[in-house]
Amino acid sequence: MNRGLYARRRLTSRVFLTLSVLAAGFGIGSLALILGTLLTRGLNGVSLKMFVQMTPPPGSDGGLANAIVGSLIMSALAVVVGTPIGILAGTYLAEYGRHTRISFVVRFVNDILLSAPSILVGLFVYELFVIHMGHFSAIAGAAALAVLVIPVVVRTTENMLLLVPNTLREAAAALGTPRSFVIRTVTWRAARAGILTGILLAIARISGETAPLLFTALNNQFWSTDLNAPMASLPAVIFQFAMSPYEDWHRLAWAGALLITFTVLSLSILARIFESKRLSQ
Amino acid sequence: MSEMNPSGLATRIDIRGLSFYYGANQALKDVSVPLYDRKVTAFIGPSGCGKSTLLRVLNRIYELYPNQRATGEVIFDGENILNGGQDVNILRAKVGMVFQKPTPFPMTIYDNIAFGIRLFERIRKSDLDGRVEHALKRAALWSEVKDKLQESGLSLSGGQQQRLCIARSVATSPDVILLDEPCSALDPMSTAKIEELIDELSNEYTIVIVTHNMQQAARVAEKTGFFLNGRMVEFDSTHKIFTNPSDKRTEDYITGRFG
Repeated sequence: MNRGLYARRRLTSRVFLTLSVLAAGFGIGSLALILGTLLTRGLNGVSLKMFVQMTPPPGSDGGLANAIVGSLIMSALAVVVGTPIGILAGTYLAEYGRHTRISFVVRFVNDILLSAPSILVGLFVYELFVIHMGHFSAIAGAAALAVLVIPVVVRTTENMLLLVPNTLREAAAALGTPRSFVIRTVTWRAARAGILTGILLAIARISGETAPLLFTALNNQFWSTDLNAPMASLPAVIFQFAMSPYEDWHRLAWAGALLITFTVLSLSILARIFESKRLSQ
Repeated sequence: MSEMNPSGLATRIDIRGLSFYYGANQALKDVSVPLYDRKVTAFIGPSGCGKSTLLRVLNRIYELYPNQRATGEVIFDGENILNGGQDVNILRAKVGMVFQKPTPFPMTIYDNIAFGIRLFERIRKSDLDGRVEHALKRAALWSEVKDKLQESGLSLSGGQQQRLCIARSVATSPDVILLDEPCSALDPMSTAKIEELIDELSNEYTIVIVTHNMQQAARVAEKTGFFLNGRMVEFDSTHKIFTNPSDKRTEDYITGRFG
């Protein structure tokens, strides 16, 4: 045995381990720092008022009710529009067009869309909706968010359907089941938990998006549920308030940031639970 | 039913000059074999010899995949099913199939059985209950699951899942049942149960079984065909194949000299 070689390997191994631990510590540490700051600053502004009062002018009391409701409305609309499109497209890729050229192209474009900067999506919807309508609106905001939902849902739906064994499809077809019926009654059902996870991840993705909303829904200081008018949203309000010089606005911005983080965290945990259910099936 | 042959057996499916291709690769070469009505026919042979491929032609399940095609004749109910004239789903309702690995659908035990029935019939709930019970009894599973029909089919053991799949095939009242190595994923106890079941089902159904296990073929089948490299080397009564085969290659295979 070559002792020198062995000693050198041990040293390399130690150095490598140290570097890995440091890198992990750096990653987790900065995350803890962000969450810690968010918690201490954010909890300061959290109160019942946050959920019932409108965004205030500087110097007066207020909450985030219009922003919270605006975010909920636009996210819900985006999911309602984006999810069926995403599921159907993902189903096409996995079930009907698995080896076709068009699927290859769609998959490629979808991957680009998945990682496209969201500000581009905002500009796209601005051109498409805002310019033609002549004003900012909640509809445009929801459309921008829907464009972000679709690629996430397409990707997860396709991946989850590909995990369904072909023998299950064959077994259903062997009973004389038409193809679309096989998909709706057996394949989708087998992939249900995974598809749901994808939808939750898509919601998590859009709930913090600011850039696409700035060009589309803009913002609204007042209570509005009019889809044809500008609408407030948490990210946009946080952006506006955090950039301001006013102390009370800062406090609300922190509280809003905490609320979004908490929501995304809950969605991620929920997605994890669905995922583990899927694996234990 | 078609013509009787001298031994008093009626042919249910007549395969004539069947060839099969996976892309450019020929998996079956000019295979001709009769499948007799309400008898068990077994196909044996080494892996990749084409025996499973033959099963996949009989219900045209291969059509799910691109680049697979069959030529020749498979006469069933007086029609060549390879002509593509008749509805493939109606053919599959008449020719059931059970796979190597159990394939319960992700739904309740009850719905697994009711699935196929609901596809082709509109019947009252009480009638459906009866049909489900009958199918489960037919597959010797009723006593084990009658108190948990609303539980997931995935909660059953491997052997029970396979009998569930047999019950699912039987529920739609097919004429023919194709079994593609139905016991290869099961323990000996479950295998014995399935074999018993095959024996009983052969009173009513024409059964074709593909198996790796020669003893199994000897136990359950009346007719056995031996495949090698996509050709059917020999087809005869099971007894003859296992005691006095005419072809040297069959003898080599069943005596364990290869395969």
